[in-house]
Amino acid sequence: MERSDLSQIQGERLRETVERVYFNVPWYRHKMQEAGLGPEHIQTINDIAKLPFTTKNDLRDNYPFGLFAVPMSEIVRLHASSGTTGKSTVVGYTRNDISTWSEVMARTLTSAGANRNDFIQIAYGYGLFTGGLGLHYGGEKIGASVIPVSGGNTSRQLQLMHDFGTTVLACTPSYALYLAEAIQESGIDRKEFKLKAGVFGAEPWTENMRREIEQKLGIKAIDIYGLSEVIGPGVASECPEQCGLHINEDHFFPEIIDPETLKVLPEGSIGELVFTTITKEGLPLIRYRTRDLTRLNYGKCKCGRTMVRMEKCLGRSDDMLIIRGVNLFPSQIETVLLEMSEIKPHYKIIVDRINNLDTLELQVEVDEVFFQDKISQLQELRSRLQDNLESATGLGIKVTLVEPKTIERSEGKAMRVIDKRKFLKG
Amino acid sequence: MIIHQLSVFLENKSGRLTEVLEALGKENIRITALSVADTNEFGILRIIVSDPDKARTLLREQHFTVNMTEVISVMAPDEAKYYAKVLRILSDIDISVEYTYAFPSGMNSVIVLRCSNNEKAIEALKSHEMELLKASDLYKI
Repeated sequence: MERSDLSQIQGERLRETVERVYFNVPWYRHKMQEAGLGPEHIQTINDIAKLPFTTKNDLRDNYPFGLFAVPMSEIVRLHASSGTTGKSTVVGYTRNDISTWSEVMARTLTSAGANRNDFIQIAYGYGLFTGGLGLHYGGEKIGASVIPVSGGNTSRQLQLMHDFGTTVLACTPSYALYLAEAIQESGIDRKEFKLKAGVFGAEPWTENMRREIEQKLGIKAIDIYGLSEVIGPGVASECPEQCGLHINEDHFFPEIIDPETLKVLPEGSIGELVFTTITKEGLPLIRYRTRDLTRLNYGKCKCGRTMVRMEKCLGRSDDMLIIRGVNLFPSQIETVLLEMSEIKPHYKIIVDRINNLDTLELQVEVDEVFFQDKISQLQELRSRLQDNLESATGLGIKVTLVEPKTIERSEGKAMRVIDKRKFLKG
Repeated sequence: MIIHQLSVFLENKSGRLTEVLEALGKENIRITALSVADTNEFGILRIIVSDPDKARTLLREQHFTVNMTEVISVMAPDEAKYYAKVLRILSDIDISVEYTYAFPSGMNSVIVLRCSNNEKAIEALKSHEMELLKASDLYKI
């Protein structure tokens, strides 16, 4: 589709969405009135920059249903985030929203190479988390055989994968690595599994982690992106070219802003990703700040798709650590670890404050293949890792080598950072 | 003459060494020699046992990081001058000793050495009529 045609459609959909929220959601109406805006000010997609932003806090303040734009009788499904930092955020879907979600998930799975002949094992959690059911509806939509095993219970995962002949695995990338290790340990020949692809998301992961998953599982690892506030998984996903995630921008309009000035940044700049849902009915969001940092590429993809691509997220601005005034993303540390073959990519970052000084400890596992019984060699490894970390992050990081398998493997999102610092509130 | 020694990576956590030894004890594995090299944060346990292959499998099952390392062993009277002589023979032909430890056996000392070149070290020590021990000798001590 030509960009101009798409913009036309996006503009029309935006206009309808703004009208809906203006008349149905008092909070949005007040926000727009404060900014001196009425629905008549929004005519084309370019007018979007006039609109105020929405944040996760706004969703919390309107807990549970305050931002819904339809009567509850129209809502057929509710999901909620885990709410680790306070009240959970609740999202509601109309029947049409569920159908949109199934459609974008069907696109996700199709572009990952799946079709009706595939067996899709969904090892994302089912329940209030959007991962499991999102993949589930997409899988059914394309006519694949869906195995709704949900997360956890690794030995059953392996058994089903083996006995049912699973061809596509859907889970978090850290759980994919965990399963890869479990397969190796089970002693079952890889040839007895039919796995060919995986769709992985819901947490940040690096290119190196992708290579490791692909090599260990012998599959193509496809990155998918989504967040429950926008719809769940299905916001963006990679094609087999693996060079950026195509955003379903006919439903979710992306912008990149400077998180400080809130100004829209020119094409190709790195900044915070902002989405406006332009077809959603239950919980439409206007310029929702994702806190994810990335950049957009409007060039045509080798796969032929013209939908804008976003780069793999560099990190979330809210998992950013500030250590002695320096910004640090856990993904920076992960990149260093994965460049060093002697180290397993399983790690834990422990942040503390001792005598008013931030301290950073990194615990990493030593790979048995490279374990030598010479102290000097292990110390050399440790100081080389410390040097690499320092040049990548600008921070002195204390490295502790630990025994393999001692860092707990997560079956959901990996908890890799433990921040023991106590900051005064207010 | 090459002896297979097990090296186990240990975090400095109380109870880790006990766990290794208990795991081996359960299977009635005998330990002929043991030495621990430690730093502030981690240690390496080096042991010579009656059935190294079995012991390695056992420890791996319990998720210990284990490697088999080749060492050599010499029996000499328990006097410093004999230990010194062994080391002198090796340094004279530019073989470096990565580490060494010893334990008593009667009036003698059993010296364990990890050398930069074990084969050359064996040859040199033999030519000086040093008493090299085989693995089977060690397990009998």
